[in-house]
Amino acid sequence: MTSSSAYLGKDLVGLQDLSADQIRAILDTAEPFKEISERAIKKVPVLRGKTIVNLFFEPSTRTRISFEFAEKRLSADTVNVQSTGSSVQKGETLVDTARNLEAMRIDMVVIRHSASGAARFLADRIASNVINAGDGRHEHPTQALLDMLTIRDKLGRLDGVRVCIVGDILHSRVARSNIWGLTRLGGEVAVCGPRTLLPTDVEELGVHVFSRIEEAIEWADVLNVLRLQLERMQAGFIPSLREYNRVFGITRERLERAPRDLLILHPGPMNRGVEIDSDVADGPHSVILDQVTNGVAVRMAVLYLLAGGVPERAEAAKRAGEGD
Amino acid sequence: MPKPILLRGGRVIDPSQGIDGVQDVLLAEGVVVGVDREISPPEGTEIVPVNGLVVCPGLIDLHVHLREPGFEHKETIASGARAAVAGGFTAVCAMPNTDPPIDDPASVGFVYAEGVRVGLARVYPVGAVSVGMRGERLTEVGEMVDAGAVAITDDGLPVADAGLMRLALEYTQTFGIPVASHCEERSLSRGGSMNEGAVSTRLGLMGIPNAAEDVMIARDLLLAELTGGRLHIQHVSTRGGVAMIREAKARGIAVTAEATPHHFTLTEEAVDGYRTDAKMNPPLRTAEDVAAVRAGIADGTLDVIATDHAPHHYDEKEQAFDEAPFGIVGLETALGLAVTELVEKGVITLPQLVERMSTAPARAFRLPGGTLRPGSPADVTVFDPSAEWTVEPEAFLSRSRNTPFGGWRLRGRALYTIVGGRVVWNGTESRP
Repeated sequence: MTSSSAYLGKDLVGLQDLSADQIRAILDTAEPFKEISERAIKKVPVLRGKTIVNLFFEPSTRTRISFEFAEKRLSADTVNVQSTGSSVQKGETLVDTARNLEAMRIDMVVIRHSASGAARFLADRIASNVINAGDGRHEHPTQALLDMLTIRDKLGRLDGVRVCIVGDILHSRVARSNIWGLTRLGGEVAVCGPRTLLPTDVEELGVHVFSRIEEAIEWADVLNVLRLQLERMQAGFIPSLREYNRVFGITRERLERAPRDLLILHPGPMNRGVEIDSDVADGPHSVILDQVTNGVAVRMAVLYLLAGGVPERAEAAKRAGEGD
Repeated sequence: MPKPILLRGGRVIDPSQGIDGVQDVLLAEGVVVGVDREISPPEGTEIVPVNGLVVCPGLIDLHVHLREPGFEHKETIASGARAAVAGGFTAVCAMPNTDPPIDDPASVGFVYAEGVRVGLARVYPVGAVSVGMRGERLTEVGEMVDAGAVAITDDGLPVADAGLMRLALEYTQTFGIPVASHCEERSLSRGGSMNEGAVSTRLGLMGIPNAAEDVMIARDLLLAELTGGRLHIQHVSTRGGVAMIREAKARGIAVTAEATPHHFTLTEEAVDGYRTDAKMNPPLRTAEDVAAVRAGIADGTLDVIATDHAPHHYDEKEQAFDEAPFGIVGLETALGLAVTELVEKGVITLPQLVERMSTAPARAFRLPGGTLRPGSPADVTVFDPSAEWTVEPEAFLSRSRNTPFGGWRLRGRALYTIVGGRVVWNGTESRP
């Protein structure tokens, strides 16, 4: 019932676990799947008969919907389980929730959870394929994959590309997954943000650290601007959103002083006027909406590969749906 | 009264008398009668040949959580005492963070009486520093001492208020007991679940920096100096902490300190894979810290090896890392880890091991035992320092199995644990 991909193994927990070839296989497989979303009838029978549970223990709109579209466009049957608050507050443990779902003979679980390691925990305990849709501050692999696909689309390569991730690195799973993925494919990665929001020994992940955004802009080809959550101010990591914008905000003035055209990514949802100004978000260098489009294709590729698909047959698998 | 026992032909190690050699030990009427070459036992004596084994004053663990009352699904005084004697311990000091906490003479009396009723290892209650462990007001220390308390601590909920800590270090002087301190500045550790550093950054777990422990060790050393009170620092895990304690001792401050087997054995890397059995507080630190803890044990800066035996139910550890509780069991692996990691690796000698696990703990909390002087309690541990065995958590006598050492091959295992002249552990089973 449950497949194990020759390419990815049983699960996608994080990009730290993947080789450069595996990451490339996902990105290459995503390319042909992009076109499905452009069709009038956006459906191919690649995952027909597969059941997938989207298990979201944290609120999420964008990621959940993106996964759901990917699943439905591949003809899987999907169920969404949303639970605000932790599994513990519900009185049922994570492992019990998973085992119950599995007893209903599901093929795949897409999990989002507030605890780092939750996806690995689940993957080790159930036979279904597990896809990490974000675990605490650990990893958010499909987000990084769609970021990488977007950069590769626009710049034609990842090798040697300089990407600076800006903002709250400490709490960011997006940052960690991007760091693993980009460095594995030969990219150079830097982080920039207030010292209170950079993790200890972050250099040991193989990144440069810039304390001033001006230096980061001078260095980078790409800025990946993270969302600055209001609660970080409430917890005292930064004194005010206003000062954050003044010191680290991505503004048009700052970009105009850059030595080259920068690509601007943002995983969303944006706080306009805080980490990014509207004229940048809506400006010519922003690829934020391309990221969203690519998100569906990347997730289709991951689902397809974990279900036992092979990259070379993605094009053929996709065509099988034509005329349906 | 049990029959007299003659332990014949073992290697007797008693640091309190400077003894290390092949001798006989005679126990009768609950006390040590004598240590000598070729003792002729009185009629009716049970003669136990112990050639090739170490005979030493009973091991004493200053830091265990027996969970009763309130958390009997994790451990009880009875199951904890069984685990203790199986690990070679003749006495343990039970921490007060139960539910309700051990913060008055009645609850101290309960723990003491239950230990006596069980009749295995001696169970010495440690009372709370503050009422309800709320960190506000001192407990009735004198009455708790009368009921059997041997020290006070708010272990697990460190005393945040420096003024209250000062009062505790002053007030306890009347009763001659130490204040044991779990050193943690919670405003620096809050939200953290492992050591802060490269590993926590990689795993996306919030970290607990060394400074969270060091700041509090510094504070408590200064308060011990100010007050002249007796301070015992629990489970030292940082290189900075070891250095400060070393320096404080050189200045003559009345401080003792303990190290746990997990802190002298494992580093933060053990957490990799989100292993909740490697989650404890203080957390596992770096290789540099482990080296400093070992050096501290070697030079006596860390006087005592104590386990911080912290049983948790399987379900509680079978969770995402952030949600699992802190702590591991230690009573049944401590001796093996000390022999394997410290003696065999040349950090300390066997006599030093006995000093750190028996003589020094007795001295730190002024407990009977820790010596084989004639007339002292007949609490004796007999262990085989070269016996190799595999840690099998399923076989533990503790109610809990939360250990990162499952499957480890260790050397050194208790073959007889004798309390008050009675053999309560014979290498395979415990009996009161």
